[in-house]
Amino acid sequence: MIDQLRQTCRKLLEEGAVNVVIGYGQDKPSMMPHPVFITKPEETERLVWNDLCFANLAAYVTRKEIKALGKPAVIVKGCDERALVVLEQESQFTRDGIYVIGMACDGVGNPRAAKCASCAVRTPRYADVTIGEAKPATPAADGEFAQLDEFMKKTPVERLAYWKSEFSRCVKCYACREVCPMCYCTRQGGRCLVDKNRPTAIDTSATLKGNLAWHIARAFHQAGRCVGCDECTRACPAGINLRLLNQSLAKAAGRAFAYKAGMDPETPPVIGSYSLEDKENFIQ
Amino acid sequence: MSDATGFEPKIVAFVCNWCTYLGADLAGTNRLEYPPNVRIVRLPCTGRIDFNLIIKGFEMGADAVIVSGCHPGDCHYTAGNYHARRRWTLFRELLETLGFEMDRIHFAWISAAEGKKFQQFITEITEKTRALGPYTAYREICEAAR
Repeated sequence: MIDQLRQTCRKLLEEGAVNVVIGYGQDKPSMMPHPVFITKPEETERLVWNDLCFANLAAYVTRKEIKALGKPAVIVKGCDERALVVLEQESQFTRDGIYVIGMACDGVGNPRAAKCASCAVRTPRYADVTIGEAKPATPAADGEFAQLDEFMKKTPVERLAYWKSEFSRCVKCYACREVCPMCYCTRQGGRCLVDKNRPTAIDTSATLKGNLAWHIARAFHQAGRCVGCDECTRACPAGINLRLLNQSLAKAAGRAFAYKAGMDPETPPVIGSYSLEDKENFIQ
Repeated sequence: MSDATGFEPKIVAFVCNWCTYLGADLAGTNRLEYPPNVRIVRLPCTGRIDFNLIIKGFEMGADAVIVSGCHPGDCHYTAGNYHARRRWTLFRELLETLGFEMDRIHFAWISAAEGKKFQQFITEITEKTRALGPYTAYREICEAAR
């Protein structure tokens, strides 16, 4: 698979079909793979592919630094490709403006990451070229939202206490934002809502309240957009389980609007569209 | 008005300029009496009501928050309430996961002609909130020093 990947990328760069390849590199076998940006054909030997390639490289295609280089080729797993689908729905690029190299993936992490148990897309569907073959996706035995369902058995008081203890560890490094493919506001010269201070929209103080305010805003700005790549949870230096919050919104979008983010580029985004038939049993 | 403990609920209502606000006006001109516990904040449309406003309401000391706008099909801007409906469907789920008390957040459609409904709704929410007592959980978070 690695040879095929390297050859494909080398050919793309040699022919000038793309200007940069966004892929995974690894400095030593003992180290984690990290994103690399290959612009010269001979450098494609640096590319690697293994089951530690966690990073969601879809996060880079919206960056102005990448756009300045010209047409990118991006290496994606199935989950990352769902992020590309959302970005395309939101007009962050045109499909022919990027080259998608899909990697068939049987899961990442050893043991496998939590997201892989309920993986919906093992083989990217809209890639320009797909490398490798994956086993067909099998639905998780205990359901996609098992962890969330277990958490929701707690009482509201217990849940709030849990989040208070989680968020009290937050250092506001915004790593969750930086790795997220959907948090692209800052990547094109714009500003994230939390960075705006005239007026201040979200409390940024280093207090429990400020931390909670950030996490509510982050989670809700992902509503109906988060594809569950879990990069935020992996990036968090404080080990805050952001997956739970993302899942609660993903589950709600599925249950109320039969919507799953990043599955179909033709479906309008769940927030940003509406239906006259939307349920409203909570409105008096 | 107040009970033995002297607790008077503070309720903040984010309402649409084109319907519920006029409904409240109608309640007033009709001399329909409703509890003075509600603080009305007028906004151009339910579609304008940012989720941060609800949080802000609790932060500023509200014991309950009301969001009220136009009935489906009545929006002055054609679809603001439909968008709001979707947003609240999802936002409620997030608040529930976070452990907020969901019986302190209320949504309603009240038109400009429904002064009576406005009166009844505000009375009902005030009584419910009075029974629940002060909402201290979120205020504790606000006051917690790091």
